[in-house]
Amino acid sequence: MRQLQVSAIKDGTVIDHIDSKSTFKVASILNIPAESRLILVGMNLSSRQLGKKGIIKIEGKVLNQEEANKIALIAPNATLNIIKNFEVVEKRRVSLPEELVGIVKCFNPNCISNHERIQTRLKVVKKAPVRLRCHYCERTMEGEDIELL
Amino acid sequence: MVSLKNKDIISIRDFTKEEILYALNMAMEMEERSYPELLKGKVLATLFFEPSTRTRMSFESAMKLLGGEVISFAEPSATSLVKGESLKDAVKIIEGYSDIIVIRHFLEGAPRLTADTVNIPVINAGDGANQHPTQTFLDLYTILRAKGSLEGLSVGFLGDLKYGRTVHSLAYALAHFPCQMLFISPPSLRMPAYQLEELRERGVKYSEHSSFEEVCHRLDVLYCTRIQQERFADPVEYEKVKGTYRLSKSLVEGLKVKPDFKILHPLPRVDEMDESLDETPYAVYFQQARSGIPVRKALLAAILGAK
Ligand SMILES: Nc1ncnc2c1ncn2[C@@H]1O[C@H](COP(=O)(O)OP(=O)(O)OP(=O)(O)O)[C@@H](O)[C@H]1O
Ligand SMILES: [Mg+2]
Ligand SMILES: [Zn+2]
Repeated sequence: MRQLQVSAIKDGTVIDHIDSKSTFKVASILNIPAESRLILVGMNLSSRQLGKKGIIKIEGKVLNQEEANKIALIAPNATLNIIKNFEVVEKRRVSLPEELVGIVKCFNPNCISNHERIQTRLKVVKKAPVRLRCHYCERTMEGEDIELL
Repeated sequence: MVSLKNKDIISIRDFTKEEILYALNMAMEMEERSYPELLKGKVLATLFFEPSTRTRMSFESAMKLLGGEVISFAEPSATSLVKGESLKDAVKIIEGYSDIIVIRHFLEGAPRLTADTVNIPVINAGDGANQHPTQTFLDLYTILRAKGSLEGLSVGFLGDLKYGRTVHSLAYALAHFPCQMLFISPPSLRMPAYQLEELRERGVKYSEHSSFEEVCHRLDVLYCTRIQQERFADPVEYEKVKGTYRLSKSLVEGLKVKPDFKILHPLPRVDEMDESLDETPYAVYFQQARSGIPVRKALLAAILGAK
């Protein structure tokens, strides 16, 4: 067996191929700081695909596709590896969900979501390039207008 | 079968072609007959966080003509909302007093949030620069009355196409019907690219122009809008475009417009439409303003499930 750059887990989920500088953002979207399980986070690992990559390993939890998709906006190349008894038993890609809840800020200062204590809701109207429409004010945003919370 | 019972009226985007036609047909019925007892015992709460005399009176009048009651607050400053109560809390309480809520708010998306929060139907009476769907229904109704159909028309949009929310919503709704759209504006006030892209994706045939005179002979309908000074951060920019279009009786009669050409305008106007046009057969904008009553009666009756 080859040497792992971040230690092995027995059962759980490995999120691989995260753009290195987005690793903490991914962790926070997945609410990892609040987890009590064993979590291993690696950054600036060398990757042939990405140059530098980040990796997050969660012991004892199989992340479902819906949870994983929340990270698609900032880590579009991420792969989800399900580990059982130290082996990769399943490998999946992430893809943008139909709606991003509480992840992206609406760029419209006149939007109610920037004034009331509510979660933002952005519909994904186009995947490449990403275009989002606010559930509340209906404004569309893309490129630099898309700002994470 | 189409029914609008319990449906919120927040954005014209939420309506199918069938639902739009259903509401417009009901508005015709409302114009033909009166139903003074239809909404007896029903209470409408109007929540206007931004003043709008005409829209508010039109809703209140429509409700009363159908036998319903209206409650409202005098002034937003008189409510607890300015004391920091959230909109969500406020509308939850008002839900207990009424069967339907009509809301106008300066923050975009406030009506959607209200509809998500309460279980009774909610009508958006205008949220900032976003939507004013009942205006769109009455624009469509006016075109339908004037032309007999919404299908296959050549519709011109003139004026401020960049900020004009009535233009965006009407274009969106007319895209359900195979229409030809001609967008006529100064270069700085063109339809936003994302609006055009959406129309393209929905198969609409459109073209952009800066001269009214060059294209007016092709039009069945012209939707004229005012260039709103308050939209311009820079007064110099406003000075550059104000008065770009000045339609008058002599101008329109001197051009080869179609004999049954019709002009709409959501009013109020500034100088883009001269009063000399008012008496011509082209002008339907006062009918348009009067359509507010039958259209709002129809929408109230439909979502309260009374018809
Ligand atoms: N038991 C384990 N515990 C922790 N991490 C593991 C375990 N097994 C594999 N990994 C990690 O999961 C990821 C996927 O493992 P895999 O063996 O499929 O690597 P790979 O062939 O490089 O996959 P890919 O083509 O997705 O890059 C790698 O980053 C690997 O280091
Ligand atoms: Mg690898
Ligand atoms: Zn918004």
